[in-house]
Amino acid sequence: MRRNWLLGTVSVLVVLALLELITRAGIVSARDIPPPSDVLAELWRQLGSREFWSAVGDTLSGWGVGLAISVVAGVLIGVALGLSDTAYGALRVPIEFLRPIPSVALVPLAVLVYGTGLQSTLFLVVYAALWPVLLNSIYGVRDVEPLTLDMGRVYGLSRFAQLRRIVLPSAVPYIATGVRVASSIALILAVTAELVIGSPGLGRSITVAEGSGAVDLMYALVFATGVLGLALNALLERVERRALRWHPSQREAAR
Amino acid sequence: MTRRVLQIAVPIACVAAWWAVSAGSTNFFFPPLRDILETFRDTWLFEKVPSDVVPSVARLLAGYGLSAVIGIGLGLFLRLHPVACALADPLTHFLRSIPAPALIPPALVVLGLGSGTKVFVIVLGALWPILLNTIDGVRGQDPTPLEMARAYGIGGVERVQRIVLPAAAPQIFAGLRTSLSIALILMVISEMVASTNGIGNFVLQSQRTFAIPEMWAGILLLGLLGIALSLIFGAVERRVLRWHRGARQAARAR
Repeated sequence: MRRNWLLGTVSVLVVLALLELITRAGIVSARDIPPPSDVLAELWRQLGSREFWSAVGDTLSGWGVGLAISVVAGVLIGVALGLSDTAYGALRVPIEFLRPIPSVALVPLAVLVYGTGLQSTLFLVVYAALWPVLLNSIYGVRDVEPLTLDMGRVYGLSRFAQLRRIVLPSAVPYIATGVRVASSIALILAVTAELVIGSPGLGRSITVAEGSGAVDLMYALVFATGVLGLALNALLERVERRALRWHPSQREAAR
Repeated sequence: MTRRVLQIAVPIACVAAWWAVSAGSTNFFFPPLRDILETFRDTWLFEKVPSDVVPSVARLLAGYGLSAVIGIGLGLFLRLHPVACALADPLTHFLRSIPAPALIPPALVVLGLGSGTKVFVIVLGALWPILLNTIDGVRGQDPTPLEMARAYGIGGVERVQRIVLPAAAPQIFAGLRTSLSIALILMVISEMVASTNGIGNFVLQSQRTFAIPEMWAGILLLGLLGIALSLIFGAVERRVLRWHRGARQAARAR
């Protein structure tokens, strides 16, 4: 484990050092890619600025509320659909029709109807993040290992017991992946809404920085957005690991 | 039999409902479906296809294709070579966490307004679900077939081809499906923010100039594009995963 940490840190440091050299030596114009040290300095400055944290808060609320709604709705509907062949068969076509419509196509509509505030962001985030959770829940429920279902039947488990003890636990890894994907989609859409519509948040700050030529600030903000994404991913992974402690995929990782 | 009927009837019912509800609409933002369809015919049927539709779709396919190749290849490679995995891990982790649209302004600054920028952004966004799902798919496998393979002396490449990949295939396909929608989303966003042509650009421009029926026509086209891609993907997936679906269905039917 320690060796992995070392290798990882080394590779990051090497890349940063190379970048610093390339930019300082003028091989790449500083207006395109500023030296990492400048960017980090600007980032440090931002950490003390109230606007920065307010933007972070706005992005987080769009992400958080949207994701919560998507997960609850997605799991409930997804499990229900996965369990019932008839419901799945009937609703599959409308789902297949609605799902591929890219949520961003609705951006102009969102602006018209909801304006440029948090509601537009939420509308887009929920619409986009719902589908991975929904789909993965359906896949997970329908993909139960047949052997385990047979065993359940042999042991005379009721349908409800089968659901609780075989189907749901088997579907949880799929659902977890779905939630993780939904989380990044939610962040992507939140930032998008801020970029394109100008809702308050990090996306808007980045566009403003780019427009006024403050390249250092722009890269610093992009980096900060990455860190935010990283933190959110890490949070979700921790939750997932706790919930899936018993599953073979986690066991193997510990080996 | 009922299923077939439902499959055709439900969408038709939805469209009919839309037509009926919007028919007498005087709301500027929600024009009657009839007007939208007329505008759709005027705009998209062949006049704007080469100038907007073709570049959009080309970028989308290029970006998606690259993502799939890199994602599956890299996923397999990383999973099977722990050292490389450790080296690449922090970088991958970090790059993966940056929401791809946030990379559009820097990409604009560095790469300019060309198609390359959009493909680049699409790849950076659509790569990760495929990569993640490939790694997850390989990781969560039943170890028994692999140990059997080792016992029988079946070597590396063949093991991957015949055991690892097929077992991971359902999850890889789930990842491919998600990535397809991400690629489409990113194509549209990058065209809205950083382009002078393309369907996304058209939709946004229409909204800004309050050409509302055109805006809806564009949204409709994007929806149809998404549906078409999804249907094609579904057909491919059904073919590739035929054996898997059969096994699961047989068990459920019993």
